[in-house]
Amino acid sequence: MQNKVIDVKDVVIRFAGDSGDGMQLTGSLFADMSAIYGNGLSTFPDYPAEIRAPHGTVSGVSGFQVHIGDGSVNTPGDFCDLLVAMNPAALKANAKWCKPTAMILVDDDAFDEAGMKKAGFTTENPFEELHVEDRTLIVAPITTLTKESLKDSGMDQKAILKCKNMFTLGMACYIYSRPLEYIYQYLEKKFSKKHPEVIAPNKKVLNDGFNYAANIQAIPNTYAVAKAADLPKGTYRNITGNQATAWGLIAASEKSGLPLFCGSYPITPATAILEELALHKNLNVRTMQAEDEIAGICTAIGASYAGQLAATTTSGPGISLKSEAMGLAVMAELPLVVVDVQRGGPSTGLPTKTEQTDLDQALYGRNGECPMPVVAAHSPGNCFDAAFNAAKIALEHMTPVLLLSEGFLGNGSEPWRIPSMKDYPAIVPPFVSGELAEGEKFRPFERDPETLVRRWAVPGTKGYEHRVGGLEKNHAGVLSTDPANHAQMVAERAEKVQRIASSLPPLKVRGPQSGKLLVVGWGGTYGHILSAVSEVEGVSFAHFDYILPLPANTGEVLSSFEKVLVCELNSGQFARYLRGLFPGVDIRQCNKVQGQPFLVTEIVEAIQKEM
Amino acid sequence: MGQYTAKDFKSNQEVRWCPGCGDHAVLAALQRALPSVSEEEKLPKEKFVVVSGIGCSSRLPYYMDTYGFHSIHGRATAISTGIKVARPELSVWQACGDGDALAIGGNHFIHAIRRNIDINIVLFNNRIYGLTKGQYSPTSKLGAITKTSPYGTVEPPFNPGSLVIGAKGTFFARSLDMDLKLNEEIMVEAARHKGTSVMEMLTNCVIFNDGTHREISDPAVKADRTIVLRHGEKMIFGANRDKGLVLDGMQLKVVTIGENGITEADILTHDAHCADPGLQLMLAEMKGPDFPVALGILRDVAADTYDKGVNRQVEEVSAKAKVHCVDELLRSGSTWEVV
Repeated sequence: MQNKVIDVKDVVIRFAGDSGDGMQLTGSLFADMSAIYGNGLSTFPDYPAEIRAPHGTVSGVSGFQVHIGDGSVNTPGDFCDLLVAMNPAALKANAKWCKPTAMILVDDDAFDEAGMKKAGFTTENPFEELHVEDRTLIVAPITTLTKESLKDSGMDQKAILKCKNMFTLGMACYIYSRPLEYIYQYLEKKFSKKHPEVIAPNKKVLNDGFNYAANIQAIPNTYAVAKAADLPKGTYRNITGNQATAWGLIAASEKSGLPLFCGSYPITPATAILEELALHKNLNVRTMQAEDEIAGICTAIGASYAGQLAATTTSGPGISLKSEAMGLAVMAELPLVVVDVQRGGPSTGLPTKTEQTDLDQALYGRNGECPMPVVAAHSPGNCFDAAFNAAKIALEHMTPVLLLSEGFLGNGSEPWRIPSMKDYPAIVPPFVSGELAEGEKFRPFERDPETLVRRWAVPGTKGYEHRVGGLEKNHAGVLSTDPANHAQMVAERAEKVQRIASSLPPLKVRGPQSGKLLVVGWGGTYGHILSAVSEVEGVSFAHFDYILPLPANTGEVLSSFEKVLVCELNSGQFARYLRGLFPGVDIRQCNKVQGQPFLVTEIVEAIQKEM
Repeated sequence: MGQYTAKDFKSNQEVRWCPGCGDHAVLAALQRALPSVSEEEKLPKEKFVVVSGIGCSSRLPYYMDTYGFHSIHGRATAISTGIKVARPELSVWQACGDGDALAIGGNHFIHAIRRNIDINIVLFNNRIYGLTKGQYSPTSKLGAITKTSPYGTVEPPFNPGSLVIGAKGTFFARSLDMDLKLNEEIMVEAARHKGTSVMEMLTNCVIFNDGTHREISDPAVKADRTIVLRHGEKMIFGANRDKGLVLDGMQLKVVTIGENGITEADILTHDAHCADPGLQLMLAEMKGPDFPVALGILRDVAADTYDKGVNRQVEEVSAKAKVHCVDELLRSGSTWEVV
């Protein structure tokens, strides 16, 4: 068949199926393959909380969106060019994400009466019912073809059906002119030791899918996305936010010369950080899966007291449980990194969905006046730097630090230019040194006059025996209920955190440095806002990586604009925070609390409304 | 080493427990025990850490001239665990009360026992919440009348010994607050024991629960109502040292030596090192009026410790690792060049 390959700048592909259909794997493979090919890339896994939700129902649909481009890609894309729907429910849940020009690839075998009924279709034509009948429809009997492909493989029926996703991936590879070699290599690496017998059948079904797509008339064109030309030179890898967070902590451990201890309890979507750290014991990492969230942070506080770089990783509900212990770390002035991979709340909320709704909790969610620095990561790869910086602040300023990540960042991935550790600064904690004079007692809460940071004497240091704890003390470390002492210590703890600002990079403005409108964001909305502002002329953009303290020039930047539009995935928590600190600034809001990232179009509309 | 005396472990802080409180005696025992521990383990004073939670007894770290951490309610066990995993060479001691360890901190307590982390837990059991001024605790007797149970509690108490031994804890000892010598002996043994050592100290709260242990601590009856168990020794007790414990079928029974043909040879010999907790559990559960309350070291069995396991794994994995630094980590797996 005569086939035209059309060059495109970027494409968005959404793989959707039952939560047991292997769509996360299919999407990840497509993404990894594209990354290695040299495309710009962003991914967005969107899956239900249940591991195997009721088969064939809309609530059980698991999706994975991949956005590849011939340049840097900032977001996973609002709408898709290809929707792969393995069953009627997947089509129903995802049809709304199709561009008007999209292709829709479905497994015809799944669109039987039972499947249609489970998905809640009421007519015989699901495409018409969803108003997508005018898209390019590729209706292929994927189940039948997979069975046919593997009938001589010796695999049982159940194992054969699990290969449907590989057939589909083969078809997608054809449509987007992707070579299959990368996937071959993946299969060989993954299965060569334990299940070498499945390598050949998987390769075959992948290849058959590719060839099938090439042979049918239903696919009018195929597409090619060239290698990204604007990516800075260097060695790249694909990385998820959770992996980058784990690695950033390990990097801080190496730079500080302190072993890393992580005490955590499994919780979606943060668990992968603990899993990743547990893999790297060879780099002086100790991980402890604690009996609960509180033990997670308390074992970390113990390790910190003992002189290690300590971290605990969790999501919103875990932060709620840890708040008393965070207060203890504030009071004892011990370094600690608390990672919150935010998810939809309140309570159990939307465990697998993304949100930025824990900001208030991060800033204020502890008893007493209990300031903790708050750092936010802005992309999957940036989680590395954010974790490194959070650890550096914690260790050098003797304070627990909250690192805010998001489900969208933690699970999402992007090509990441591998940095070199020689380009990262040393981390130098304020350890005590030298022997005390005869009769002299160590004063654990005596502060550096400039930074207000106390000194760190770890057990085993001769002569520096002292007590820390949750009760208010004076500089000598002696319990004190003296009113003036308490007032002073409260003020000093707050001022100590504020003075971190002097070591932070200034807030940068992209676009005009003053003018009508500054768009502001923090955390994982970075890519979406960046894409949005590049679509509107004359608008400026500033993104916050540091929330407490704010960069020193924040007030100056904000007041250089007539209006400031704060875009965030909550009802306006950062906007309220900024209003409180900078009452003269005209702060507008663009908010979304749906458990989903922004669409670029939503931000563009909000900007246009303010222009 | 032998360079320390009890005085070296006393801080300059004024001890603020009520006069007559049982905690004073336990503190004194600990200050006496640690010089011996230091000598035995060749550990200088700066390698001792005392951790506590919240409650009267949790003030203890302030009175010890060691590294100390007075933490938050119930969490001392988790903090001690973190310290010991991070620095296995430190000698970690923990002071906690019955409410701290068994109510709000119950989860951490049982999991420390399960993991067998090498920490020494001094559990001050006065069967009452003292610091909050007199509410019932998880060890208060059924029917106890307190401020929050004005008509008597309707919930049975934990027996810490049953809890620890039932969970196959590796070390459990019980003692009365004023038995300084026995307490010192128990603490030295607890330090020798590698694993989670739980020392239940039956303490008296003079203000809110005065005399809660009187039925066994009263000098007039103590010898007849308690038995001090020592590994390898016969289970003999009584003011006249003529009572003993034997097994009658599957049950323990108190017998009198010289009566019904019973001789000393018939009396059970205490085996604290027996891995099977069956008999030790029965001993832990003994109570009056039919039985003496067991004191001393009921159980002391060898098992792998969590801190050793964690650190051994770090060494084993490191020895085999192909990745030795972060730069290598970042470049491991699939990478590609953009030129």
